[in-house]
Amino acid sequence: MQLSTKHLLGIKELSPEDITTILATAQQFKEVLQRPVKKVPSLRDVTIVNLFYENSTRTRISFELAEKRLGADTINFSASGSSVSKGETLLDTVNNILSMKVDMVVMRHSASGAPHFLSKHLEGIPIVNAGDGINEHPTQALLDAFSIQEKTGTLKDKKILLIGDIMHSRVALSNIYLLKKMGAQIMLSGPPTLIPKHITEAFDIRVEYNLTKALQWCDVANVLRIQLERQNQVLFSSLREYNLAYGVTQHKLKHINKEIIIMHPGPINRGVEIDSDVADSGQSIILQQVENGVAVRMAVLYLLAEKKSNN
Amino acid sequence: MKTILNKEQLHLSIIRLAQHLVENLDDVSDVVFIGIQPRGVKVSDKIVERIKLLYPDRQIQYGILDITFYRDDVREEFHVASKTDIPFSVEGKKVILIDDVLYTGRTIRAALDALQDFGRPQKVELCVLIDRRFNRELPIQPDYFGKAIDTIASQKVKVQWDIEEVQLY
Repeated sequence: MQLSTKHLLGIKELSPEDITTILATAQQFKEVLQRPVKKVPSLRDVTIVNLFYENSTRTRISFELAEKRLGADTINFSASGSSVSKGETLLDTVNNILSMKVDMVVMRHSASGAPHFLSKHLEGIPIVNAGDGINEHPTQALLDAFSIQEKTGTLKDKKILLIGDIMHSRVALSNIYLLKKMGAQIMLSGPPTLIPKHITEAFDIRVEYNLTKALQWCDVANVLRIQLERQNQVLFSSLREYNLAYGVTQHKLKHINKEIIIMHPGPINRGVEIDSDVADSGQSIILQQVENGVAVRMAVLYLLAEKKSNN
Repeated sequence: MKTILNKEQLHLSIIRLAQHLVENLDDVSDVVFIGIQPRGVKVSDKIVERIKLLYPDRQIQYGILDITFYRDDVREEFHVASKTDIPFSVEGKKVILIDDVLYTGRTIRAALDALQDFGRPQKVELCVLIDRRFNRELPIQPDYFGKAIDTIASQKVKVQWDIEEVQLY
């Protein structure tokens, strides 16, 4: 409706004004979610399909709740147990679903660029990327930004540290695009094997391989999940060694002289990238992130829903 | 351009509306005042301020309501959503909805829908500064109004808060 783009393929395609509009609208939806009736009728004439070609708990439930809270009808599709196993192509599957009068597509796919491909072949159907391969996960970055803004008031000049598996993390890439656009400062920390040069050079981001020093620098630490399912080579020697060097532990946090905000996009590998006592501590906003996810996704769907044609 | 209410008349209308409201209310503690975002809040702020002067020792319950997500044209044109702040239950209360100009009645229809999501009020009444009597598209009438005017659809009524005048274009 008012965004500069018809789809949410990635944060890369959004303008800073788009991001501000989404976050401001999410603020209003967050209030809606506190009401006795947590629902508005804005999208009650819209049908949305959630296409999940890859496993998900949080994102799928969060999108589905967001759609229902907006009054939309929803269909859930997961690749396992569908005709995908019989060899149906992505485009065929989507076209078949759309022929049943579906208005919007939310998609997660293990192939980077899958939603971009769809957007080139479908007319007038807004597509929301719920994570594509190792490319982007825009709604996660938006809800991270919303959560930071809620805690600190603004993103501008805030010092945000991304820790861990930058190479395989679509959350990291979306966060980097967003934080750059909104004027935050970014630092990366993690094993050199998981921090690709093309990212640090393309975005001109500082890297600090000593995690304690990096924690000392930041206001907010966003701890990324070690994506074992996407690693087909040995990039660090063992999970235990990873935890010792790059796991966020109480021990490391005691060495810095301030309280920082701890975030994690989930699912958590407890005892690997973050210890339980940190994840469950008062400075962790992991569950607030999940709560904010619904409001942020409501804002995205609300703003992208196609205008009703007048004929 | 024609002035419908000048600064002095606007002040008098606000005072009269506030007086009229409290006259009709037996017990202010059972009443909640709700201004409709964005422009109705300018009127409700002034009316509630006046009521507080009349009842300095009472707690006046006052909230603001944004109806963007409830509009029947929400998907036809873009509207920026504003803040809603109703930090109390409206269950069993008498609700006074306050807006600046009543015209087609569609905003009030949306507000009644939105209000339902905060509970079931015992009664809802409508208070507007200006009632444009013609061109109503829904069966909605004000219980209290500052001034009723007859206009045609091509005209526009605007409350200019910077110079405190109501103007007709």
